[in-house]
Amino acid sequence: MNDIRTVGVVGAGTMGAGIAIVAARAGFKTRVYDSRPDALSSARRQTESFLRRSVERGKLAADKLPGILASWIDTSQLEDLGDCDIVIEAVFEDLKVKQDLFSRLNEACPAMTLFASNTSTISITEIAGGSGRPDRFVGMHFCLPAQLMKLVEMSAGLNTSEDMFRRAWAFCESLGQQPVRTQDTPGFILNYFLIPYNNDAIRLVEQGVAEAEEIDKAIKAALGYPMGPLQLLDLIGLDTQRLLCEAMYGLTYEPRAACPALVKRMIAAGRLGKKAGRGFYSYDDSKLFGA
Amino acid sequence: MSTYRVLQAGPSRSFPEPSPFLSAATPHGAGIVMIGERCGEAYCSLEKRAGFAFIALELGEECLGVHTGEALATEPSNVVGFARFRLGNAQPTKLIELVRQPNTTPSALAAAKAVFEATDLVTAVCNDFPGRIVNRLIRPFYNSLLRRLDEGLASAQDLDKTLCLGLGYPQGPLALLERTGLEHHYDVTAELHAALAQEAYAPARRAQVARQRASTQPRSSP
Ligand SMILES: NC(=O)c1ccc[n+]([C@@H]2O[C@H](COP(=O)([O-])OP(=O)(O)OC[C@H]3O[C@@H](n4cnc5c(N)ncnc54)[C@H](O)[C@@H]3O)[C@@H](O)[C@H]2O)c1
Repeated sequence: MNDIRTVGVVGAGTMGAGIAIVAARAGFKTRVYDSRPDALSSARRQTESFLRRSVERGKLAADKLPGILASWIDTSQLEDLGDCDIVIEAVFEDLKVKQDLFSRLNEACPAMTLFASNTSTISITEIAGGSGRPDRFVGMHFCLPAQLMKLVEMSAGLNTSEDMFRRAWAFCESLGQQPVRTQDTPGFILNYFLIPYNNDAIRLVEQGVAEAEEIDKAIKAALGYPMGPLQLLDLIGLDTQRLLCEAMYGLTYEPRAACPALVKRMIAAGRLGKKAGRGFYSYDDSKLFGA
Repeated sequence: MSTYRVLQAGPSRSFPEPSPFLSAATPHGAGIVMIGERCGEAYCSLEKRAGFAFIALELGEECLGVHTGEALATEPSNVVGFARFRLGNAQPTKLIELVRQPNTTPSALAAAKAVFEATDLVTAVCNDFPGRIVNRLIRPFYNSLLRRLDEGLASAQDLDKTLCLGLGYPQGPLALLERTGLEHHYDVTAELHAALAQEAYAPARRAQVARQRASTQPRSSP
């Protein structure tokens, strides 16, 4: 039942670039739109180098590469998305920015075009409310890095039609992704559980229960998780964790979602995590100390 | 590495069966590893406690201070607590949580750590708080999973699938709790709730049901 041929991706940042790779790799004509030309050129470079590496590793047939790259088209004109069957939005996490964008897309795209948002914390129903087509609007939350992670959390807004949800679901499967159905509630599944759990781990450090590396070691040995929570937080970035906490706590008022004081102190001290060379661990050329 | 003797008082949750760690003990070892649910009493009746490289006392959910006394103790101590992590009915894992007190000497801690790590066990050191590391961290997570399952966030399979695909968990936490006995989650989290008075530890409805069923119909399976 998948009638989708042309996919629009709006926002060519961290997530949009990955989603565009997924769409082009799955054989869709992919149009990538961003208001910043440098985001587009960087997404293009990332796509080429990722796909070349996939060929080198035998994950992608070499003769497929030219076709995929030819079907990946960037544009800085929103109107060029007019022939898309679905548009997936991955712009800044801001309700107003997203609503403005969708109301413009509503003008540019025909009535049958499906709209999807990759938002992490904003309600799908709320974004859809400003889209002019809340019945043809779904949540499609990819994981970072989208080109490697198969999971997509899919949610329907209050006014999403069940037929349109099924259409988006079939499209998601045809991308080669694994959709999971969830409710349009803050953080969907993954972030709803992960943000407070990571905060709990930070609070154990804060309260002197154990040191970061001991906590990570315990969780990995006891449960077989591939990464301890503090190691994961260093990758996420303490500044990002703070933003996630603020969004989640602001919506749920659940005490475990509130940003621990230690996060704010670490941000003030420049200990943002791996990208800053120091977070709960110290890094030297991505080598882990103290672990 | 120091040698160690093993004193057992009652069944041990950490070492329910023969194991390389128990086999490597020697009768006159320099350290003492006390295992079994009554090892706290056995510790209190030890004639001599000083002079050993370390004394490692197996803990249940209680704090080590329950056995050693605290009384603002500042004198050096050679005692550590430990427990091998084990979820409900599951086999014990490789993890030994090693509990130190403010006055535990670094040499006793290091000696105990070394003997546990000499076999295939992994140690993680923590201070003497209820729930140590793993229970303290995962029980609120498990409670919220059970609660959100009740609220229809997604099916149990989809919740598990999301956590496995998204975070690389080797198995879904809900399936794991079910398999290892949800009533045991109730027991642990109820104790932590009493100790910490934080709502996040209050047993989720499904865990309460599992405990009630297990208590009234011990042999029935769902
Ligand atoms: N980063 C993650 O781990 C992650 C994971 C899942 C979902 N998300 C969600 O994905 C979305 C994007 O996140 P990101 O991390 O990729 O952000 P990002 O800042 O890396 O990229 C956003 C891009 O959108 C562009 N943009 C912003 N407003 C625009 C507009 N009006 N028109 C056209 N382009 C516009 C920006 O130029 C930028 O290139 C957010 O909603 C975020 O919550 C992020």
